[in-house]
Amino acid sequence: MTALAQELRGQGEETVLAVPGMHCAGCISSIERGLKGVPGIHSARANLSARQVTIAHDASLKARDLVVELDRIGFEAQPRRGPLKQSQSAVRPLLAPLAVAAFAAMNVMLLSVSVWSGAEGSTRLMFHWISALIAVPAIIYAGMPFFKSAWGAVRRGRTNMDVPISLGVIIATALSFYEVVVGGADAWFDGALMLLTFLLAGRVLDAMMRDRARTGVDALLSQAGQGAMVVADDGTLEWKKAEELLPGMVMRVAAGERLAADGTIIAGSTRFDQALLTGESAPVPGARDDAVLAGTLNLDAPVDVQVSATGQDTTLAEIARLMEAAAQDRSKYVRIADRAARLYAPAVHSLAAITFAGWMIAGAGWYQSLVIAISVLIITCPCALGLAVPVAQVVASGALMRAGIMVKDGSALERLAKVDRALLDKTGTLTRGQPVPDPSLLDNLPSDAASVALSLASHSRHPISRALADALTARGCRAAELADVQERPGEGVFARWQGGEVALRRPESSNGIAVMLEIAGRPAWLIPFADRLRPDASEALARLAGMGVDASIVSGDQHASVEIVARETGLPAQAEASPQDKQDLIVELQKAGHHVLMVGDGLNDGPALAMANSSIAPGSASDVGLQASDLVFIQQSLLALPRVVHTARATMRVVKQNFALAIGYNMFAVPLAIAGLVTPMIAALAMSMSSLVVVANSLRLARAARK
Amino acid sequence: MNVLAFLIPVALLLGLAGLGAFFWSMKNGQFDDLDGAANRILIDEEEDEDEERKE
Repeated sequence: MTALAQELRGQGEETVLAVPGMHCAGCISSIERGLKGVPGIHSARANLSARQVTIAHDASLKARDLVVELDRIGFEAQPRRGPLKQSQSAVRPLLAPLAVAAFAAMNVMLLSVSVWSGAEGSTRLMFHWISALIAVPAIIYAGMPFFKSAWGAVRRGRTNMDVPISLGVIIATALSFYEVVVGGADAWFDGALMLLTFLLAGRVLDAMMRDRARTGVDALLSQAGQGAMVVADDGTLEWKKAEELLPGMVMRVAAGERLAADGTIIAGSTRFDQALLTGESAPVPGARDDAVLAGTLNLDAPVDVQVSATGQDTTLAEIARLMEAAAQDRSKYVRIADRAARLYAPAVHSLAAITFAGWMIAGAGWYQSLVIAISVLIITCPCALGLAVPVAQVVASGALMRAGIMVKDGSALERLAKVDRALLDKTGTLTRGQPVPDPSLLDNLPSDAASVALSLASHSRHPISRALADALTARGCRAAELADVQERPGEGVFARWQGGEVALRRPESSNGIAVMLEIAGRPAWLIPFADRLRPDASEALARLAGMGVDASIVSGDQHASVEIVARETGLPAQAEASPQDKQDLIVELQKAGHHVLMVGDGLNDGPALAMANSSIAPGSASDVGLQASDLVFIQQSLLALPRVVHTARATMRVVKQNFALAIGYNMFAVPLAIAGLVTPMIAALAMSMSSLVVVANSLRLARAARK
Repeated sequence: MNVLAFLIPVALLLGLAGLGAFFWSMKNGQFDDLDGAANRILIDEEEDEDEERKE
């Protein structure tokens, strides 16, 4: 295997591409077969979980050529930043401890059952010694994740769920080991190992869910705008990464490409889409000597831009600073399990201390009092309590994932459940964020004209042409046969059809985005494009209102265009809000006692997304939006919003029920323990029963996201 | 008792072998693409061979 890899590397290079659109067996086989046929490619291996393709190829092929090849096969792809960089998985470090704990627990339980069923004398001693030999190293190894976390909390003078867990496990192990050495009757190794196994299983599930969400979001992250084609003094072109760009360099920005740095146009004229940066939906014209900003999309024609600002001076850097400050605020949130532990740990530990004192006063002697106090600690060890939160959240996140919503952060559902106020961005959030052709005009377009338009549009990679082609294809339109097709940058697509000239071109003048369809001998059609509301927007907002969540719009766009959407949705709106304004609005609402949900997609929403109590972004959002938000929804419908709020509230209800169940179990078991009646067998039974009940209760959430 | 002295080590060895196999497979990337493995079974290999023969 490694020899083969080395051989391949000797011949060429290995490139990893992200392919977000890959989702089934058919996709895997068409990608792998399609790439195999390309000269220069040695092998291609698709990874469906990570949505990546690893390609071994000749050094002559560049990553951009591979992207073009995948596009030909029908998949959108982006080169990954670091080739072969393994993404940081949260599951991996927990799998080995889980395997060890489960192996040890099964073997020790086998020996314990024989002891319980009446093994005596030297047989019991031998079984106890074997159990100890298996259990002690296994507990030290498998318990490490808990011990480390508990030690970290204690050192800072805090407590979390891992503190009572670690104490219980360590004390149980130490007491059992002492019992084995002195040849006593009871050893608790099986209980300690079972506890670790259950808790690790809960954590592995939790980490798996987050891994899935993270790889899903990783695949969405676009790599566009992270570099530029730089024109050297001698006219040669070279691709440079964003961090290698220096002021004074000249970058050539093609139509449909995002700018990687702030700068000034020195040649050409075009229009820019600044929606991601400012929220403004109308294209902004740019000509020679105009300043342009990083992150904006070049719409029409290639331009040469001289880089003016890099590093700390760009608009991007300013937004990044605002976000960093906001994210620190949020990390102060204390999760519900840790809040429960703050009450639980002192209660349990003082109970054990009182038990010890009580038996001492009753005259039971040091040894017996200590054993009973420790059995109180073991029986209260929060097995069910440790599972109460993670299992409920795993089941709920799984249900949300199936509904197309990815939960990125473990505490997101807890924070979301309290939300009572929602702020929505306009462009890209309430609306789709991409201009679509006016449907009523397409209805009136004669079918032959429509097929000419589709054919012309399909010859261009311009975003507007693509939108038109998609809309016409969706209507079942067929492409007409054209001759002499040519695309002139900044003007349009021109061709001949049935002997006459046809063209799909940029109109002479229009407000907003539009294209002109010209067919010789007929009047020209002006096809206007507009950003439409997402489907079900009004129903989604009505449901949110029904749940007691008031919504309003906050947008960076101009008053006039925000006004239209505000009227359509019936929501109050604030227009021309800068990123700082949005953040201030959230702080104001939070001071008034509200829990704010921010819904946004753009770069300009980043600080607000990081500042809000909870945040959600559509899958089409900018990299910054995807990274700053807690949840990402990938379907078109805005119904995702009421759905997540509903699911989050249902999850918190189940978590509270789980706590009640776990505490109920303790109410039953603790008196037995204090009375000194608990044997290792009762402890093992009680522990598994309460865990099963909690898991079963959490499974009810599997259908929570359907509503 | 003699039977036990034989059976217990055997049971432990078998368990350890399973544990070792799990660690080995994890190290070798068997768990890298669980979704892919589940889906690859649906890819028709014969079709692939047919195509190659045609080519």
